[in-house]
Amino acid sequence: MPAAILLLLLVFYPIATTIILSFFSGSSFVGLGNYGAILQDPATLNPNGLSGGPPYGTLVNNLLWIVIHLPLSLFTGLVLAVLLQRVRGASIIKSFIFLGMVTPLIVIGVLLGFTIEAPVGFVPAFFGSIGLPSLDVNWIAHPTTLLFGLILGSVWSWTGFSTIIYSAGLTTIPKDYFEAARVDGASEWHIFTRITWPLLRPVTLVIVTMSLLWELKLFDIILGATNAGGGVGGAADVLALQMYRYAFVALPPESNKAAAVACMLLLFTTLVAGFLFRRLLTGDAPKPRAARRLATSTRAGE
Amino acid sequence: MAGPVLRLPHIRLRTVLVHLAAWGIGVAWLIPFLGVAVVAFRPLGEVALGWWNLSPFNPTLANFAGAWGNSDCPLSMGIRNSLLVAVPSTFIPLMVGAFAGYGFARYRFPGRDYVFLSVVLLMAVPQQMVAVPIFKLMLSVGLLNQFLGLILLHSAWGIPWIVLFMRNFYRTLPVEIEEAARVDGASEFKTFYRIVLPMALPAFAAVVVLQFMWVWNDFFFAKIMLQSTDRAVATLCVTQLSGQFTRPWDLLSAAAILTLLVPVGLYIVLQRYYIRGMIGWTIKG
Repeated sequence: MPAAILLLLLVFYPIATTIILSFFSGSSFVGLGNYGAILQDPATLNPNGLSGGPPYGTLVNNLLWIVIHLPLSLFTGLVLAVLLQRVRGASIIKSFIFLGMVTPLIVIGVLLGFTIEAPVGFVPAFFGSIGLPSLDVNWIAHPTTLLFGLILGSVWSWTGFSTIIYSAGLTTIPKDYFEAARVDGASEWHIFTRITWPLLRPVTLVIVTMSLLWELKLFDIILGATNAGGGVGGAADVLALQMYRYAFVALPPESNKAAAVACMLLLFTTLVAGFLFRRLLTGDAPKPRAARRLATSTRAGE
Repeated sequence: MAGPVLRLPHIRLRTVLVHLAAWGIGVAWLIPFLGVAVVAFRPLGEVALGWWNLSPFNPTLANFAGAWGNSDCPLSMGIRNSLLVAVPSTFIPLMVGAFAGYGFARYRFPGRDYVFLSVVLLMAVPQQMVAVPIFKLMLSVGLLNQFLGLILLHSAWGIPWIVLFMRNFYRTLPVEIEEAARVDGASEFKTFYRIVLPMALPAFAAVVVLQFMWVWNDFFFAKIMLQSTDRAVATLCVTQLSGQFTRPWDLLSAAAILTLLVPVGLYIVLQRYYIRGMIGWTIKG
């Protein structure tokens, strides 16, 4: 019973309050006014970003993260998991790759900032040494390099998740399948496209969902690598950071706009979670199993 | 002669290449960590143009001492505060989950699938969604800036997934053992304590390591709840040391290493449970 009160007070009540707050300005009801104001703010959607480069705005940046980070981390994790199947010491290599998943995300942010800053960091010097002087700059100080540097850096930190989950998924495929296919003379590529990939589909679905939630909730990495403003010109700004600024940096605080940004985030994450839920329900898994699988993995994915 | 003699080295070459690639990638993955570690152990003057320049090379612990006893935000305090928050924030929801999960596993009730659904959707809720009301609520009851407030908050967010996690685990235990104990005259409570709890220890380990790391690594809730510097947890100290315009990489890298040492150490020790907890039901359903 005390647990139920705790949940009610610290989870459900604040969620409901934030939704209500998002429709008010001070004490007057403004309907979708806050949402409209946010969507017209260049900090959210920058109309000059299309032609002039970053900052693109928080909404576009979260979308960019999804478009770039999701396929890259998924694909890299799959390739690594398949590659590591037959490697001695694979568990050590997996631990190396998984290190980015156990490290606090704020530290990951600091680490990424360090790695792409010139002259102290490795990335600019690396591109200088292979003859690409245009990338031998201080990535932190330029909007484009900052944004894409952090996106790629977050692929580095998150790939441990897809690698581990795919590795576990691979062990659930019976070895006979592969052996039978080899006996029949199937090529490795065929085995991958006809056996491995289709059988990993439920695993892929879970990884995609967790990754989407992670990309939408992005906060610590940006703050750790830059500042509460999302770095130079706000180039690496994201929705969660925008919300934080409205609520806890702005003077006086703009709680209602903060609530509206949070509700937008919630709308996206709920859509993602709901999508996976429906896919799992209509898929081959029985109902409660699907729900259970989803719930435990969602938490772990954070 | 050509056949078998040529085939053998061909296979070996492929194996060698796969191993070289895998280990090369694995080591390359460590480069950002390696860089920060190298900087943490050397004077800033030596590494300002790149930590890979190895001359001069004068390893030192001065950066760690500087971060540990820093005047802005000593990591000694940050790590102590992190422990003060993370330990109770792990065990409170674990206790709740150990009991409530058992109830959910062994007793039927209507609308069970909807409970799952709501837990799933709850996991998708961003922390920003509760920040403002939580801040106001904690302020009004005097729990802002108190560890207790943050502990309650983390506990509340841990309870849903831990209850479900424990319920799923209990369901994998054969109910016959418990029935046999009851037939032998053991009470409901005795059955739970003597039979069920000992069998659930691996699941508890998984919960402990996942929840502890979640709380230790958390930044956002700590940031809005603990506003005064003397309450800062380790993750907050890392940003406190960041400086306004230029970053003191010597102090900052030492602080980063100190902050990640606890979760990484815990991961190394309890890796089995961590991975199993994370994957367990993800794939096996």
